[in-house]
Amino acid sequence: MSEPTIKRAGEVLRLDQVRKAFNVGTPLETEVLHGIDLSLCRGELAALIGPSGSGKSTLLNLIGLLDAPSSGELYLLGQATRDSDDEARTRLRNQVIGFVFQFHHLISAFSVLENVLMPLMIRHGKPSSADIELARGLLDEVGLSAFADKKPTQISGGQQQRVAIARALVTRPPLLLADEPTGNLDTRTAQSVFELFHRINAQFGCAVLVVTHDPRLAADCARTIQLVDGLVVSDEANPSSR
Amino acid sequence: MRLADSLWTEWKIALRFLLDNRMQTLLITFGIAVGSAVIVFITALITGLQANVIERTLGTQAHIRILPPDEVNRILPADEVSWSLVLESPRAQRLRSIINWQDIRDVLDQDTQILAVSPVISGPAIARRGVARASVALLGIDPPRYQRIIPLANDLIAGRFVVGAGNAVIGKELARDLGLGIGDKLRLDAGEGREAVVDVAGIFELGVRELDARYVYLDLKQAQTLLDLPGGITVIDTTVAEIFEADRIARRLARLTGLRAESWMETNGQLLNALSSQSMTTEMIRVFVGISVAFGIASVLAVSVVQRTREIGILRAMGSPRGQILRVFLLQGGLLGLLGSACGGGVGWGLVQVFNLFGPRLFEIPVDPTLVPLAMLVATITGVLAAAMPARRAARYDPAVAIRYV
Repeated sequence: MSEPTIKRAGEVLRLDQVRKAFNVGTPLETEVLHGIDLSLCRGELAALIGPSGSGKSTLLNLIGLLDAPSSGELYLLGQATRDSDDEARTRLRNQVIGFVFQFHHLISAFSVLENVLMPLMIRHGKPSSADIELARGLLDEVGLSAFADKKPTQISGGQQQRVAIARALVTRPPLLLADEPTGNLDTRTAQSVFELFHRINAQFGCAVLVVTHDPRLAADCARTIQLVDGLVVSDEANPSSR
Repeated sequence: MRLADSLWTEWKIALRFLLDNRMQTLLITFGIAVGSAVIVFITALITGLQANVIERTLGTQAHIRILPPDEVNRILPADEVSWSLVLESPRAQRLRSIINWQDIRDVLDQDTQILAVSPVISGPAIARRGVARASVALLGIDPPRYQRIIPLANDLIAGRFVVGAGNAVIGKELARDLGLGIGDKLRLDAGEGREAVVDVAGIFELGVRELDARYVYLDLKQAQTLLDLPGGITVIDTTVAEIFEADRIARRLARLTGLRAESWMETNGQLLNALSSQSMTTEMIRVFVGISVAFGIASVLAVSVVQRTREIGILRAMGSPRGQILRVFLLQGGLLGLLGSACGGGVGWGLVQVFNLFGPRLFEIPVDPTLVPLAMLVATITGVLAAAMPARRAARYDPAVAIRYV
């Protein structure tokens, strides 16, 4: 059992000795994360880096409540989550977390605006005019207000990723998670998407955790967390960041 | 969150998914439509056919006939200490009248389940014209009452429907066999010297050869005289509103009157048997078509669930509960069923109209106005049920795995 922890002021996320093993109880049992301690506060922009197979995606799935730790505890806004059921995790995902994935993952059957509205539609059905105004504002923020009625297939990869970011922000989540959001984009587009994360972080004050392979982009973040073989090997502030 | 608001999202996603896979949706809708059209058409056809057959059968006979009880031998029971051995020869059934038939007629007239009551006297005779002879059945009737059992006036092919005052109405076959026309004289011999000469006032054709060759209609009085049953009648014909209740009503009337009551269902056992086998065949066709439609919907949705694995993963990651995903796919199943059966129902209904207008015109198929809505309801429910398996699969996806599905 972990000690009860005291919530730091503005703390959004806290991991306490989080371990994750797969194929538990079989001969193939492997532990991917070996006791991670981590915390993230409101307004922080952190990059999570590490080689392939170091456990970045697994860690992000745990933080995003898409998976549960094998041991240890994960607190979201001070609330313990390890033993909560699927329904509670689903609700927390909708209310606390915004996701941005590597492959944009917009829903092709819906327009750009509807994609941005989707988390709100999931939450309370038909969007109100205030919801629509908010979504349009976010599209404006990411520079895509002219594409609101286009289908995702009609816009470029970089634009799709911006729509995904607008979608992740529409619920005003305290925590924004991005899984290699620029991995699929060319350098210039990647740079501009990253700029957007900085701007959002400054403007909305949400905690942002970005998984990236690109050391230049990571160096741009205020904090870099390095994961190797399932352990946090370094977690430091970047003097060179803005 | 109110249920209506929540379902708004499910409707929206379900409709968009269907519209997005336009080709798939179109093909399966076509499949469902063909199935529904077959079901609607065959149901209407068989229902119409059976109604027609029953109508034709009952057009020439009463629904329930009330007859005097058979004459039986009375055998005195043996006293308690002895045995009796009995050799019994069954009694010949002579022509007998129903006792107090006027009272029974009046009671039946009051019965709410019975539409028409007609006392009839019937018995055998020989019809003669010159040297030609034919065995016939004499029927003495009360024309206005009998008309409500068998609308004979509609079946007249010559003359008028007049009995009494020495007039008779005979069948077409008998007229042909004896070379009779309207106004010709016919000698009727009921045996034991009881004879009468009547004028042929009308000739009918019921379409049943046996009846057209044998029936000779007279008025009650003349038939009573010929058959030597003054003031008597041998059978009370009745019709009922609920023809398939005839069996039960007949049993009730038998208890009520103490007489024998035969329903048309009893005397047409084979016909009913044939009709029920036909209904069973139709039912089987409907069930199997329904099953193949259900499998069609299930397979299309199963493919759709796999195609949309990643999108389902994203929806789940964004906080869509399992139940919402389940409902999205159940709704798609229901919508496909509804859409397909609406088209198919229309086509089936159209086929019936085409059959009525251009078909063999042996009979008209009436379309029950509830048939198409009912087919649509059943198809919608079938669609939802068929979607259950794919929908459950979609709802159970692990979002972390589904998002990375390629």
